[in-house]
Amino acid sequence: MKHLQLPKSLKVRVGLAGLGIFILLTIIGPWIAPYDPNYTGFAQNASPSWNHLLGTTIQGQDVLSQLLIGCRSTMVVSFIAGFLATIISIVIGVASGYVGGKADEGLSVLSNVFLAIPGLPLLIVLNSYLPAGQQTNPLVIGSVIALTGWAWGARVLRAQTLSLRDRDFVEAARIIGEKRVRIMFGEIGPNLLPILTSSLLFTILYAVGVYTTLAFLGLTNVSTWNWGTMLYWAQSNNAGLAGEWWWVGPPGIMIALIGTSLALINFGIDEFINPRLRAGGVSAKIRRASGAPRRPRLGLTPVLHKSTEAGSR
Amino acid sequence: MKLLLRRLGLYLITAWVAITANFLLPRLMPGNPIEQLIAKLQGRVTPQMIRAIKLQFGQGLNQPLIVQYGHYMSGLFHGQLGESITLAQPVSQVLGGEIWWTIGLIGTAAVLSFLIGTTLGVIFGWRRGSRLDAVIPGATFLQSLPYYFLGTLLIMFFAAKMHWFPIEGAYDTGTQTQGWNWGYILSVLRYSQLPIISIVLSSLAGWMLGMRNMMVTTISEDFVLMAVAKGLPRRKVMWHAARNAVLPSVANLALTIGFLVSGSLLVEQVFNYPGVGNLLVNAVGNEDYPLLQGIFLLVTFTVLGANFLADALYYLLDPRTRVSGQAQ
Repeated sequence: MKHLQLPKSLKVRVGLAGLGIFILLTIIGPWIAPYDPNYTGFAQNASPSWNHLLGTTIQGQDVLSQLLIGCRSTMVVSFIAGFLATIISIVIGVASGYVGGKADEGLSVLSNVFLAIPGLPLLIVLNSYLPAGQQTNPLVIGSVIALTGWAWGARVLRAQTLSLRDRDFVEAARIIGEKRVRIMFGEIGPNLLPILTSSLLFTILYAVGVYTTLAFLGLTNVSTWNWGTMLYWAQSNNAGLAGEWWWVGPPGIMIALIGTSLALINFGIDEFINPRLRAGGVSAKIRRASGAPRRPRLGLTPVLHKSTEAGSR
Repeated sequence: MKLLLRRLGLYLITAWVAITANFLLPRLMPGNPIEQLIAKLQGRVTPQMIRAIKLQFGQGLNQPLIVQYGHYMSGLFHGQLGESITLAQPVSQVLGGEIWWTIGLIGTAAVLSFLIGTTLGVIFGWRRGSRLDAVIPGATFLQSLPYYFLGTLLIMFFAAKMHWFPIEGAYDTGTQTQGWNWGYILSVLRYSQLPIISIVLSSLAGWMLGMRNMMVTTISEDFVLMAVAKGLPRRKVMWHAARNAVLPSVANLALTIGFLVSGSLLVEQVFNYPGVGNLLVNAVGNEDYPLLQGIFLLVTFTVLGANFLADALYYLLDPRTRVSGQAQ
């Protein structure tokens, strides 16, 4: 393994930093929350102040505390769902791409079926049949979400495996008599890593989205704090109509920020896989400094001087 | 043609899977949700209703699963989706009345968002590396906002505060009566504006970013360089490249429709707009399983139908699919 170094792309750096902050909040959120999120004794509907940085709800609860504590539940479920779904998609996608033939056709139909069924309605139906006690269990909800969210990953992994299967280095491994499992994990596996990472991030993104949506609809236990239940309470108390932006805004913005962080990392991975996307990524400053035209010319990739090239990659 | 038939086959299988899941889930789920529901409903609804629910979910019938399945399927083919518990009406009747609101709202929003998003993507891809690239992080953020959240924000600022739009509902129930009169139609159009805007804004960025990336990839192809070398006007070259770059977007259309519909269903809830999404939320809240099942089937079939249309469009746009019978 090469020594770790910070990725050059600004997008990836920002994305990683964002994700890092959210993971940190997941761990320390409940400790740094200033108040008990269920305590209802504060002034009601107060706009932000020094005592309550994000104001209070109509029940007189501290919004910031709910936000910080809700981070853990949101992230834990989403990560469980993301990892489970990715495991399913690896097993199904890689096996179907590598084995080929009838098995491939069967597995492809399976993942296409799951891809075509709209995930959220299926999830709502599944969730409504769960026994009431199970709807708060992160592992159960995570698994249910994973069940509806693995197909996309399986499809891209299959496509990539298919394209790798007949490359020369895999052929060589086969000729020297490597075992199938070894070829799959030793030769093909590492080349799937970028796609795998991107699919994992997408699935976590999907999980954050649907989990908070379920909670927003009041389908999970509404007394467990996560960003979705915060929005549920805000919506059912008409906080939007009353203009209580400090209550409505933060949870939604948190959901969007975690989404943005994951998507930015994915952009970086896209650019890594498809270098053409990078061609336009040389910053205008560097281009001007090296005398290249301000706008890239069609079909021509500008050659930049070495001194500036280091910063442009 | 072979490709289209294959896709059709896939959608038929998917529809069958959805139907079967609908049949099996309430029967096989741990904790027996139907029995609990019936226990809860005792004394609250008529005995006929309880009997209808028992029949529909095969409670206490002592029939083997496969016989129940046969009944279920034949009932479905005759359009029987059971009786809604809370509304005391056949589910098919409830859905038939509400679906047009949803199709009008989501259909319009989906088409608008695809057209606007793709056009913007063409322009941003064409001008890659220029100042327009600064839009990307913003668009990513916009894309990450949940549909229902953006809807709430829009209501908060543009309806509740600025009074530019009505706050909720599908038409002015105080002054208008349903029917083909101008006042009603104009009212419907006016009330649909903000929900449509919120769906378009939430889904726009996805199309835009995808199209931009494809455009960036496409304009470094040789045929674009060739077009430039021939001295075609820039605008023509741009559309030349765009027509080729749009293919993956159309191919992805099928994939994205499901997401879009799912997201938009919640927008109905936020705007208190009549339609399938609103019914869905109420059905879940009231544990109205027959209605819930009917909605799930309806949404699935609609999405599959839309997927098939998207595939047909792709087939029309990409001549390669017609020659070799293979997608890529």
